[in-house]
Amino acid sequence: MEAYEKVLAARAKGRATGLDFINNIFSDFIEFHGDRRFSDDKAIVAGLATLNDMPVTVIAHEKGHDTKDKVARNFGSAHPEGYRKALRLMKQAEKFHRPIICFIDTTGAYCGLGAEERGQGQAIAENLMEMMTLKTPIISVLIGEGGSGGALALAVADEVWMLENSVYSVISPEGCASILWKDPAKTWEAAECLKLTADDLFGLNVIEKIIPEQKDDFDKTYNILKTELYTTFKKNMSLPTDELTQNRYMRFRKMGVSE
Amino acid sequence: MLQKGLFRKPRIELETYDKFAKTAQPVIPEEMCITCPSCKTTLFVTELSENDNICQKCNHHFRINARQRISIVFDDNTFVELDADMRSTNVIDFPDYDKKLKSASLESAEKDAVVCGTAKVGGYPAATFVMEPYFMMGSMGSIVGEKITRLFEYATEHSLPVIGFTVSGGARMQEGILSLMQMAKTSGAVKRHSDAGNLYITVLTDPTTGGVTASFAMEGDIIIAEPKALIGFAGPRVIEQTIGQKLPAGFQRSEFLLEQGFIDDVVSRDEHKTYLTKLLALHNREAK
Repeated sequence: MEAYEKVLAARAKGRATGLDFINNIFSDFIEFHGDRRFSDDKAIVAGLATLNDMPVTVIAHEKGHDTKDKVARNFGSAHPEGYRKALRLMKQAEKFHRPIICFIDTTGAYCGLGAEERGQGQAIAENLMEMMTLKTPIISVLIGEGGSGGALALAVADEVWMLENSVYSVISPEGCASILWKDPAKTWEAAECLKLTADDLFGLNVIEKIIPEQKDDFDKTYNILKTELYTTFKKNMSLPTDELTQNRYMRFRKMGVSE
Repeated sequence: MLQKGLFRKPRIELETYDKFAKTAQPVIPEEMCITCPSCKTTLFVTELSENDNICQKCNHHFRINARQRISIVFDDNTFVELDADMRSTNVIDFPDYDKKLKSASLESAEKDAVVCGTAKVGGYPAATFVMEPYFMMGSMGSIVGEKITRLFEYATEHSLPVIGFTVSGGARMQEGILSLMQMAKTSGAVKRHSDAGNLYITVLTDPTTGGVTASFAMEGDIIIAEPKALIGFAGPRVIEQTIGQKLPAGFQRSEFLLEQGFIDDVVSRDEHKTYLTKLLALHNREAK
């Protein structure tokens, strides 16, 4: 499949969203709201859930399914308060030493007046910094679109996995084509050049696992994820926290070194 | 550019320049002139550079390169460069990236978009990174990320404060996902430096946007900015396209960020040295 077809598949209408993953993998999901500073951003859902017998903190981008829902959730593009809510609940998970799982599916962090006024850059920066030394295991899974800083703000993890038809990129192929070549027709080419598919990223050692998908049937995917998450968390929960955070730093430390 | 009123007829005799009229050649200053983009005053280049490249009339801060900034801020002959020879490579085979790197190198006379090292400010030692606007608009690729990470690791090891000057269009898209990963990598290095009890000061200059704003630019213990610098996550054009309306004047400028509570102060370039010296003195462990 060509790179841009993957992009389209990741964005496809009817594709499972964050809440679908939460409801199908975990039991007893209890949603918590708000960043305690400004408001509750519906583009990110977060709360407590149980993975088999393990209490976990779950955080997910949610794009919504029908139009009304999509608008309410700003199509999964979070404002700073969304990232601050995520960080608040990650800190809570750290306190109670619960593993954290992030499902990522966003075109990008929202680019609007309010987002800038409330410090979109600062909110993302703080997440990157704090997540790096969080003393509890974190796994991030890209389930659809992984749009730049807005995706990375939930992806500073011990392991990052991608679904077969998800993408993860520094910029959208549309944005790349228009900035670099001033030509929207070059979107396909841009998608190819950006190396944004799960296979590409696996090859670049940016992700640890590719989770296979079956056409229009996510049940198998949910089951695989459930097993994989559980075994990885079991393993990581037994690690001393110093080792865990050291490994997390080294995971990113080695990315993009030419020597 | 023609002087205003050049073709105006003199109303009174005194307005005619008899003295100059009699000389065979018009008086042309030997120095180059430049027009201030903000107040349109014509400025002599030599005078401008003596004034730290700030317009004397309206305080407009002209863009300067990394080496100029180092000479303005740090004590003479104290700057020792680290990792000076690191160069970007075209890791993901992005079309025309090699060419771009070459021309950026020629334009800026630098090997990549950041200069790192150690230096002294008012006698106090510090580690510093200074981003280079004339190298692909200070965009962050793997080498920029790696150099900044190494600098923070060096500063952590030697218990040095870090002073960082940012200017950047954001992550370098020609390096794809690897440039995005530099945001996480540098943030991790900043966090470790911070956790060890070291000071980090960021000085945001025009423009600081995208992935740099969303990582180490906004992670300082103390964050200051040059006057009227554009600072934001998304660029103004992207926001205008997204919301379909014009942005209000002054949006995303330093003064706006100060108002919103995202920076500690707006400090003019000619005051940086004194300001930073004061901060380093207050954090100097040996003095305690």
